[in-house]
Amino acid sequence: MTNPIALIALLVCLLPLLASVVAGLAGSCLGRVMTHRFAIGCVAVSFLLSCYLFTLFVLQNSPPLQVTWYTWATAGVLQFDVAFLIDRLSTVMLVVVSFISLMVHLYTIGYMRDDPSYTRFFSYVSLFTFAMIILVLANNFLLLFFGWEGVGLVSYLLIGFWFKRETANQGSLKAFLVNRVGDIGFILAIAAVLMHCDTLNYTSVFAQANTLTAQTISLFGHSYSIITLICLLLFIGAMAKSAQVPLHVWLPESMEGPTPISALIHAATMVTAGIYMVARMSPLFEHAQAVLTLILVLGGTTAFFMGLLALTQYDIKRVIAYSTISQLGYMAVALGASAYSAAIFHLITHAFFKALLFLAAGSVIIAMHHEQDMRKMGGLATYLPVTYLTFLIGALALSAIPPFSGFYSKDMIIDAVRLSTVPGAQYAYWCVLAGAFVTPLYTFRALFMTFHGECRVEAAKRSHLHEANWVVWVPLVLLAIPSFAAGALLIHPMLFATNPILGQSVTVLPTHDVLKQLEVSFHGTALMALQANRTCVFWLALAGIVVAWAVTMQPAIGLFFKTRFKWIYAILVRKFGFDDFNQTVMVQGTRGLGEVLYKVADEKVIDGAGVNGIGKAIRYIAATARHLQTGYLYHYALVMVIGVVAFLAWMVWG
Amino acid sequence: MPSLSEFLMFAAILFGLGIAGIILNRKNVIVLLMSIELVLLAVNTNFVAFSYFLNNMLGQVFVFFVLTVAASEAAIGLAILVMLYNKRQTIAVDQLDTLKG
Repeated sequence: MTNPIALIALLVCLLPLLASVVAGLAGSCLGRVMTHRFAIGCVAVSFLLSCYLFTLFVLQNSPPLQVTWYTWATAGVLQFDVAFLIDRLSTVMLVVVSFISLMVHLYTIGYMRDDPSYTRFFSYVSLFTFAMIILVLANNFLLLFFGWEGVGLVSYLLIGFWFKRETANQGSLKAFLVNRVGDIGFILAIAAVLMHCDTLNYTSVFAQANTLTAQTISLFGHSYSIITLICLLLFIGAMAKSAQVPLHVWLPESMEGPTPISALIHAATMVTAGIYMVARMSPLFEHAQAVLTLILVLGGTTAFFMGLLALTQYDIKRVIAYSTISQLGYMAVALGASAYSAAIFHLITHAFFKALLFLAAGSVIIAMHHEQDMRKMGGLATYLPVTYLTFLIGALALSAIPPFSGFYSKDMIIDAVRLSTVPGAQYAYWCVLAGAFVTPLYTFRALFMTFHGECRVEAAKRSHLHEANWVVWVPLVLLAIPSFAAGALLIHPMLFATNPILGQSVTVLPTHDVLKQLEVSFHGTALMALQANRTCVFWLALAGIVVAWAVTMQPAIGLFFKTRFKWIYAILVRKFGFDDFNQTVMVQGTRGLGEVLYKVADEKVIDGAGVNGIGKAIRYIAATARHLQTGYLYHYALVMVIGVVAFLAWMVWG
Repeated sequence: MPSLSEFLMFAAILFGLGIAGIILNRKNVIVLLMSIELVLLAVNTNFVAFSYFLNNMLGQVFVFFVLTVAASEAAIGLAILVMLYNKRQTIAVDQLDTLKG
């Protein structure tokens, strides 16, 4: 008899799959209403069961549960299982994923109402939920990789959902290809783990962390600790999935997909898979300080410089997309500083307020009849009051204004980095501090441009600007609540309680434990919010809002900055040249290489020398050799005699 | 009575003449058949000579076989020749080059 709790976990995971299959295969028979009812019902049950698991494992403190459903393959000592690990970290992630997914399912009814591929969309979204839940529940690297690729695949399908658009196809291809780069790292990491541990089960691998640290491997004439190598490769995988520099280029392009997807996949859940994975692998990463440094440096760079890029964007979704990259940088920095709980904390609050921002932006886009350019908006606050308020809550949370949720999580990350002793922490600290100024700057720039100032909407559209129906704004309100309150509610149990929410799911070495040091200065949630004015982060955020107001609402000031710092502006518009670099070096390089291989290797060597060459040689030899056949009997006879003589000679003297 | 080596020399000369006839003959297929006959006779001479000098009758028995085969070969060869002449109106060897590559 299987453990009933394990069965619940299985149900959590399989219900979205069922929804996906039904919506995908039977969607056209069921019709739109039945399809979305069924899919939403499945995901809602999945969410409720996740909540039950959360209470069981986090609040009632059940020990972690491992359960094997199916042994996929056995080869000698190696065993590949489809098996779940249900513990504090995975249940926390389950609740976040299923909640956001449920909101997005609801919202989709409104957003995709007029789309001919309505049921296909539901099928994809449910499939994504299934893959993400598998990723979260996996207890071994292989199943994790299955979920990892599953979300990647659905992301590809959904970015290219409107496949008749050229840009959507290119965006989905770009996302897919960039993620392949990370997957190489991830697969190599799995191979390295398998080679040195003979198992892929988390628990068994983590138990060997110390022996792995002692072993070294020789590569390119240097010797590395195996654990460093494994962690580095794992982080390369996380870099692509979680859009860290330089593999971030796909995320802005992914905005070609429908907005509910941007909220679910490219803001709240899938892109955090990398963060989740590193937190899950914390027993390994703790022993690889060099990789932690790399995470800090890349995360810091991402947090600050990608935030800057959002300043020059005019597409409302792209602003939020760059903001997502920047916030993922924050999470990475927290991971690098070994503040895994803080990273997951920011992941949770970010999931809420970023999904909120995206869905609110989507609401604007619906009202504007799929117009995303902020230059054609303005003054929408009076037309879309609910959207405006919820967007404002999201923006305040993102800008880390107390007491909104983002304040707690971001402040903790900045403090944790300040205390971290890992090399590179100093750089990351300045980056995240500067990021704290940039974040409100771009967020409120978008807010002011969209909702305030004079209305730049075309007169024809202005007459039917109105709030969409309840399926659109109810998810907004439901997301606005945790965006406001999640931080204050979770900060103590998440970071500083004697039995924190993540508990034994993450491992921190005593020398890296920055949260322990922060605990001394933490005197309660309310006090933290009240004393925010003593921190420079708070003033930086306020300054950001003021500057944002100045540059958008006072065009003269905005113009002054644009002309005075023309070269910076130019760099930002070019996105630091990442896209140009990829275009010229990667794309053109690949094309050039392909051209060379096609012209030289394929046409000349294989076709020319190989296939046609052999044919030609045979023809030439035959044309020459046929002259031997004169047809005269006496020639044949002569040859025969010569042959006989030769054999004779060989017999006599040979 | 000539000695064995004289017989062998005679047979070798006969054999050489036969081979030379086959190779050098450009005109007539009948000459070709005759040359083959010469080669066979050279072999026969060897058989008979050895049979006599080694006191072994097997050689002479073999000669009869060879003669029989040679006779039938000549008969078939000439029949083919007649057919060939019917078809090509010539029996000149250097005209028979249908197998030329």
